[in-house]
Amino acid sequence: MTWIAIVACGLACYLLKLAGLSVPERVLEQPLVQRVGDLLPVVLLTALIAVQVFSNAEGAHPTLTLDARVAGLGAAAVALVLRAPFLVVVLVAAATAALVRLL
Amino acid sequence: MDTQPEPTASELRQIVREGIAVAVATGTYGISVGAVGVSSGLSVAQTCALSLLVFTGASQFAFIGVIASGGAPLLGAASGILLGARNTLYGLRLGALLGWRGARRAAAAHLVIDESAAMSVTRGSTSAARTGFLTTGIGVFVLWNLATLGGALAGESLGDPRDYGLDAAVGGAFLALLWPRLDSITSRAAALLAAALALALVPLTPAGVPVLAAAVVALGLALSGRPR
Repeated sequence: MTWIAIVACGLACYLLKLAGLSVPERVLEQPLVQRVGDLLPVVLLTALIAVQVFSNAEGAHPTLTLDARVAGLGAAAVALVLRAPFLVVVLVAAATAALVRLL
Repeated sequence: MDTQPEPTASELRQIVREGIAVAVATGTYGISVGAVGVSSGLSVAQTCALSLLVFTGASQFAFIGVIASGGAPLLGAASGILLGARNTLYGLRLGALLGWRGARRAAAAHLVIDESAAMSVTRGSTSAARTGFLTTGIGVFVLWNLATLGGALAGESLGDPRDYGLDAAVGGAFLALLWPRLDSITSRAAALLAAALALALVPLTPAGVPVLAAAVVALGLALSGRPR
């Protein structure tokens, strides 16, 4: 069942990518489509961060939690303010969370 | 589509360098997909297949997250597919800019991810966009899959990836992707609303739903705002 799910997920994700590349231009020129497209990366990424950092999905039902990941996110934000490159931001987030868990 | 002059050779080299830098940074982060995948109960082969076939980080993490929480694999696939819908939106922007048809478009589609889109969508010409897209897309694909294998193999011996903060690396990476996009009042408002809605839904819905529900924020803001 796990293999079926992996292949199905891969195939569907590929078709979603291809569908986007294949949409005719006249549809894309609709102002509403353009405005949604402008905002989508921001809302998707923000929601991903919120879920990745503040939720615990280990039990039967996901719950909101505060743990070392929050410190990691805060440190990542500081690194970004200091204009650190992508990899440094990621490493700072990981190292900070690991350190907080050690303490 | 080509309204700007063709880029010079040195401009193209600069785009290649940027693409490689992003590919190295993002590809390395495939280590956490490998380690988290194995620690959540997937085999090494299954974890690697996810990176090869699904090849879009957030969907892979959503899939793995459902498996880790004891959810059905098909529910994991559904969550991954829901998150993969954002790549459709990148494609909407990239299709005309890249200008590929037929087999080339079909091959390029697999490389449409956050990073390849980000590194090509702002370019002023087709050749510059293709350079950014291919350098980043192929670079991430190769490194991401190698890193997944490494993380999956090491994950079994390294124990809990959380001891190394790998779960926090995910949030940090997404924040780094989001950061340059928070350049207007509208996008900051959208981010705040999306975060609030996603957090409110976490205890109420299966994993994967809060993120997709946040897309409603984009639609709502787009409908309410008048073109200015």
